[in-house]
Amino acid sequence: MEAERLVSMANQIAVFFEHEEPAKAVERTADHLRKYWDPRMRKAIIAHLKSGGAGLAPLVKSAVGLLPQT
Amino acid sequence: MHALDHVDAGTPASIATRTVTLEIDGVATSVPEGTSIMRAAAMVDTRIPKLCATDNLKAFGSCRLCLVEIEGRKGYPASCTTLVSEGMKVHTQSERLTELRRGVMDLYLSDHPAALIAADAPARTEIREMAQALGMTKSGYASDGVRHAGLPKDESNPYFTFDPNACIVCSRCVRACDEVQGTLALTIEGRGFGSRVAASQGESFLDSECVSCGACVEACPTTALQEKTLIAAATPKQATTTTCAYCGVGCSLVAEVSNGEVTRMVPDRDGHANQGHACVKGRFAYGYATHKDRIRKPMIRAKITDPWQEVSWETALNHAASEFKRIQARYGRDSVGGITSSRCTNEEAYLVQKLVRAAFGNNNVDTCARVCHSPTGYGLKQTLGESAGTQAFNSVMKSDVVMLVGANPTEGHPVFASQLKRALRAGAKLIVVDPRAIALVRTPHIEAQHHLQLLPGTNVALLTALAHVIVTEKLAKENYVAERCESESWQRWVAAVSRPENSPEASAAITGVPAAEVRAAARLYANAGNGAIYYGLGVTEHSQGTTAVMCIANLAMATGNLGREGVGVNPLRGQNNVQGSCDVGSFPHELAGYRHISDPNTRALFDGAWGVKLLDEPGLRIPNMFEAALDGSFKGIYIQGEDMAQSDPNTQHVAAAFSAMECVVVQDLFLNETALYAHVLLPGSSFLEKDGTFTNAERRISRVRKVMEPLAGLADWEVTVALSNKLGYPMTYQHPSEVMDEIARLTPTFHGVTYEKIDRLGSVQWPCNEAAPEGTPTMHIDRFVRGKGRFFVTDYVATSERVSARFPLLLTTGRILSQYNVGAQTRRTHNVVWHDEDVLEINPHDAETRGIVDGDWVGITSRAGETVLRADVTERVPPSVVYTTFHFPESGANVVTTELSDWATNCPEYKVTAVQVVKVAKPSAWQQRHRELVARQKIKGHVVS
Repeated sequence: MEAERLVSMANQIAVFFEHEEPAKAVERTADHLRKYWDPRMRKAIIAHLKSGGAGLAPLVKSAVGLLPQT
Repeated sequence: MHALDHVDAGTPASIATRTVTLEIDGVATSVPEGTSIMRAAAMVDTRIPKLCATDNLKAFGSCRLCLVEIEGRKGYPASCTTLVSEGMKVHTQSERLTELRRGVMDLYLSDHPAALIAADAPARTEIREMAQALGMTKSGYASDGVRHAGLPKDESNPYFTFDPNACIVCSRCVRACDEVQGTLALTIEGRGFGSRVAASQGESFLDSECVSCGACVEACPTTALQEKTLIAAATPKQATTTTCAYCGVGCSLVAEVSNGEVTRMVPDRDGHANQGHACVKGRFAYGYATHKDRIRKPMIRAKITDPWQEVSWETALNHAASEFKRIQARYGRDSVGGITSSRCTNEEAYLVQKLVRAAFGNNNVDTCARVCHSPTGYGLKQTLGESAGTQAFNSVMKSDVVMLVGANPTEGHPVFASQLKRALRAGAKLIVVDPRAIALVRTPHIEAQHHLQLLPGTNVALLTALAHVIVTEKLAKENYVAERCESESWQRWVAAVSRPENSPEASAAITGVPAAEVRAAARLYANAGNGAIYYGLGVTEHSQGTTAVMCIANLAMATGNLGREGVGVNPLRGQNNVQGSCDVGSFPHELAGYRHISDPNTRALFDGAWGVKLLDEPGLRIPNMFEAALDGSFKGIYIQGEDMAQSDPNTQHVAAAFSAMECVVVQDLFLNETALYAHVLLPGSSFLEKDGTFTNAERRISRVRKVMEPLAGLADWEVTVALSNKLGYPMTYQHPSEVMDEIARLTPTFHGVTYEKIDRLGSVQWPCNEAAPEGTPTMHIDRFVRGKGRFFVTDYVATSERVSARFPLLLTTGRILSQYNVGAQTRRTHNVVWHDEDVLEINPHDAETRGIVDGDWVGITSRAGETVLRADVTERVPPSVVYTTFHFPESGANVVTTELSDWATNCPEYKVTAVQVVKVAKPSAWQQRHRELVARQKIKGHVVS
């Protein structure tokens, strides 16, 4: 999956939740990724984070960090 | 003429609950107060002759044929306009009454073509039936007097004729246009003997304001207005009630059949969604079902550049199954998927998603609702607890204020629009939120109190500004909120919307809507009494589509406008079965009844019923499938009844994705745009060729009944069953009712749904279960489905699709009355008379600065692509906004739309694309390539797309 597109989508999700308390915003973003993203999309965004996470909003980086890393 | 199986009671039913007892010809009967004598008589099977009366129009009392005698009263009152009263004794038959009626009828017949009254007259008409009932076959008057004979026939409309020689000027057509359709296109011009029916200002029907709904044709008691199909064919003898396969209104229609072919479609006067009305598509545009372009044999090919080869069903299904198995063996279980269709039945959508989950063994199933109303599902589930609209359509008759957001019902949902017009003409107020001046902003006897003409892409800013006014001016129903909603979410929302940046004054710079107008609209809605919001794709198809749906739910909760008739949150669904296809588990993350795939209890239920072990992870959504195809991890797809290559955004991106797949199986009526990239083509069946159910925008489940045999031999549900069996996952259904039984067993909101119940009640609105055995017209009455309603903070986030010096205009898209979705059906009917190409609406200011005049070819360029359309210079669109429809593939409207999508659901942002428009002289490069591709793929007997 094209990283640039996934980064854009993930950042969009985070923007919706960013008015929440920081911990809750991270959890809700991660929960959305778990519930609506196909595993290969999550795998790709995790790989992108591991390779530096260019373009990912800080909130998304934290959220992706909460996803199972396998 | 009304439908074959309809018994016309003459006047509408009274809704009174008190009853009145009277005697009709010695028979005692009790009827609701306010009932006419004519209707009361019909209820005891006594038919009083009539010509100007019919039971979907108010009594008129002009024909004087329905005279009766009432004991104790003088004279002979008309039974249509005289209401029943307690103890009344009515006589409908006597020598004197017969004499009077014959006298009246003789006058009518004296100016009516004798051949139309003769016993062997070709058409079934009320005037002939009434004459026969009175024992008359011709007039007793001399034939040499002045008559309305020799007047020219108006045959301009493709579906019906107007023959003034057969007109008795009863005004039924004029009243039908006024009362049923609400267009007011017809009138009686002239006086006395010179009176005659006229369309608009004496124009032909085609050139007039007539929208060709056909209500006048159905109302006509003679052959003055008559369907052309009835003139050409034998009188139909068989009638079957079914459900329209066009928009989300889901009109109940009676298909009348002659010699195995549909000769007339008549709206069912007992239809719960449409109450006896239809539009130009539902009533007339069914000819596509037998069009020469229909695919009648399966076809296969190894490569998309190869010619198609016609094969047997057995060969095609074996080939498709072996290809899917090959791909999964080579690229993995998750390398294939399927698409259900909102044009197919609930049962068919359920079977396709079951095939994907059980036979493919993954959750890569999605539906075309992804690209229209998926934000509705998410937004309403989160806020209210259920992914559906809250009301029945007739709830609007109890609304005091209607807010219409991003919807254009007179074009997209015309039968609901007629009902809405009735409500508005009865006094309801209207707020329109739309970048365009849609017809309802100002139409005869209707003028919106407020037209909030916002810039495309700024819904959330505007809706939040409305919320700001409601909260800061203390217009919210705080008691309702305290009782019904989550306190914490309310407090957070109040704090958020109260911020100065959300005020109408601040947001005016974003939306372009004057603050005073926003404040006035907010006050009107909040103080409405009953305020209802209806919305469409102008809300959902944005990068903040889900947020806007949440905004709407927030507004309704804050003002206490949920949980009773006249209020609510009402998504107007685009296609006929958007609601249903979503209900039965078409989304990759949900099983039937909107239960998440990760829920172990739900999975266990389906595991047990289906004999498989379901995956607990969501599958790919449509846009994700395209991305995965381009990265090589998604190689095969089974698409039932959906033309993704035309309807999905960024056409070139979609084409590249399909081209990267190794097996594309398209099941469709026609060789559509997606078929250009297909390897297997399985003939689809139209709604006339199968049994099943559709669920409309008000959660109403209605029966689809087979009227004719499938042209290719198999109904769509049978094809899916056969493919599943070939894949090695057995399906043994013998009839779609068995599929619905399975859905009902596995889905709590459908537990009480059976075909027997739908047949008995006419339709049923889910939830239909032990708690609501006959269904649920209004949701959230005492509590929200999720318990307490939840407010969501809805900060406005500008789309990244912004105007620039290179792309200075905003393109938004929509639809037109005569065409439907990608046009595959309506383009193959006479509806092309009204719309035979998509055009670009552009404001005179923007046109002038570009040297463009009406009718010029203009190039539309975005960062995604370019296309060429003809210009329609109009003030319907404001400066800086241009608009088009997407009904014709060669228009390439989606060549210019982008891949941007809603944050929560990936619903594409069709409504906002930054473009430049310039005058050009030739088609775009894409259009030229497309023409060549289509020409290459033409096969004998089939015309591509």
